[in-house]
Amino acid sequence: MTDEAVLRVRDLRVWYGTERGPVRAVDGVDLALVPGETLGVVGESGCGKSTLGRGLLGLLPEGAKAGGEVRFRGTDLFELSGRALRELRGPELGMIFQDPLTRLNPLWRVSEHFEELLRTHCPDISAEQIRHRSLATLRRMGIPPTRYRNYPHEFSGGMRQRIMIALGLVLNPAVLVADEPTTSLDVLVEAQIIRLLADLRRNFDTALLLITHNLGIVAEACDRVAVMYAGHVVETGDAREVFAAPAHPYTRELLRSTISLSTTGLHYIPGAPPDLVDPPPACRFHPRCPDAMQVCATRDPVTVSPRPGHRVACWLHGPAEQVGAGGDAPLVREEIDVADEA
Amino acid sequence: MSRTAGTLRRYVLQRLALVVPMVFILLTFVFLLVRVAPGDPVSAALGGRLPPEALAQRRAAAGYDRPLIVQYLEYLGNVLRGDLGRTISDNRAVSDVLVENGGATLTLAGAALVVALLAGIPLGLYSGRHRDSFGDVGVRLFGIVSYAAPVFFTGLILQLVFAVWLDLFPTSGQASPITQVRVDEITHILLLDALLAGNVDAVLDVVHHLVLPAITLGLLCVGVFLRLVRVNLIQSLQGDYVEAARARGIPERYVVRRHAFRNALVPVVTVMGLQTALLLSGAILTEATFNWPGLGSELVDYLNNRDYVAVQGIITVFAVVVVVVSLLIDIVNALIDPRVRY
Repeated sequence: MTDEAVLRVRDLRVWYGTERGPVRAVDGVDLALVPGETLGVVGESGCGKSTLGRGLLGLLPEGAKAGGEVRFRGTDLFELSGRALRELRGPELGMIFQDPLTRLNPLWRVSEHFEELLRTHCPDISAEQIRHRSLATLRRMGIPPTRYRNYPHEFSGGMRQRIMIALGLVLNPAVLVADEPTTSLDVLVEAQIIRLLADLRRNFDTALLLITHNLGIVAEACDRVAVMYAGHVVETGDAREVFAAPAHPYTRELLRSTISLSTTGLHYIPGAPPDLVDPPPACRFHPRCPDAMQVCATRDPVTVSPRPGHRVACWLHGPAEQVGAGGDAPLVREEIDVADEA
Repeated sequence: MSRTAGTLRRYVLQRLALVVPMVFILLTFVFLLVRVAPGDPVSAALGGRLPPEALAQRRAAAGYDRPLIVQYLEYLGNVLRGDLGRTISDNRAVSDVLVENGGATLTLAGAALVVALLAGIPLGLYSGRHRDSFGDVGVRLFGIVSYAAPVFFTGLILQLVFAVWLDLFPTSGQASPITQVRVDEITHILLLDALLAGNVDAVLDVVHHLVLPAITLGLLCVGVFLRLVRVNLIQSLQGDYVEAARARGIPERYVVRRHAFRNALVPVVTVMGLQTALLLSGAILTEATFNWPGLGSELVDYLNNRDYVAVQGIITVFAVVVVVVSLLIDIVNALIDPRVRY
């Protein structure tokens, strides 16, 4: 891969301590983001997408630990002091969240959020400049200047998300992580937000990591896609290519589960996402995988590259010599019954 | 801005309109409560001490031989005109009792509230910020014990330790006799009178007497404030807008101070209003313990003498105070929290 990547993640691991043991929410993820590109991260609920997104900002919840490295322009975020990391958040690394209704301080006017942000990162800025820059960014998001001094509760959900995006963009960060930015919004607003995010990467060279469970959004707005399963990235590649010819059975099943007008009968992947405290051995997907082989239950899959820029971690594509004799025989397992699924 | 002011004005007017039914309901309750006791106030207070004819005469003079509904309407009318009647046992106007003794209770309750806030809020903030630490456990324990301990018990312990053993503070009274003689009564609030007279010695003397009763009564409320602030802060610190502020690179101390603290303190104002009732009932016991010449001591005396006119008058005032305080609190709340106005 080229080294023009603005953000490069190597073997990122994030785990939460619980009474039962560590929850490995992100387990050995490698990613790279180049300026101006949009990378979609998809996967089921609880597969570690949101934790990954926060990890990229070095923003870990209470009780979480991280390993591996997240290099922003070559500097490992985990080696930075708390202060240096904090100073990157905002001007270089931005984040927008899932539920815009609760993301603004309810006691503060919109203007106060901008004032705090700009004063924090640009100590010498004048009040006039703050106003000018904030209003310009808000206008780009379609928020009229007359609403600048309103309180958060005076806006709709879609407007609040646009305000959050404006707060994320006012400092022109190099990387923006958007964690399911449209999940709680209706479809029209969703389309609007997605268009705004698409414009942004064209006009400002911002690298966008778009976390979503909506494959339609990925198809429409993303250049590349990373499919996550149980804390692992199982497949990455050009969004169109991956969708046209998914290499990993999980990606294929996920795409088949998408609802469209031509859908007749819902397809779903039997079973539930695995327990991340005690995940299945070897390939995490093998208990639910329709193509599982003997080797899948015994050894971790090797990441291979069937096409340039396309990477997949699955024994179906794995080096034949490593599969071993008889390793490709279908995996015999007990049927997942209804009680197990529940 | 004008829009905000408009909604605020409307809110205050609506809230004021609510006071009328509230006061009406309270007055009805007070009246019924006093009349539930068997017999009428005159027989209750003087029965057995006067010959039956004289008793009947007093009863007729006070109007207690008329139907209850007439008495009720008369009571309402009198209260609205500010006439609370004359005490039966010592024939004072109840309003005089209020003026002469109300100041002492006001001083005590105000000082206790200051003690409760000054101790409760910082302890609660500390506890919430350092959750489950050694200090937090200690603070919580202190909160429970101080709340659960009966007021007279706390008062006696404080008297024993600080007045008798250490001899730091006086055991009882509102001021030394010299101060009481030297300070002219203007407002009937001794502390205020001393301040108005510019008499530094008198002010110090009054404050010196005030310390132990104020701490006693304040401790009753500290636990409530402390736990409320602690829980709210813990919630705010995990709040979505707090995480969003961190993601924007706002320094942690400002995240805590501006976003978490302020939002955690909003409910304190509400609870402060609710605590007024607790303060007034606690004041009765505190005053009895410290021989404090306030309404509480008077109430206890009149109760012992079964002087129901006096009791009814004092309770009426307590009830109205609670209503007025809750009105003020709601208005303050609307000023702090823009969402309340809607």
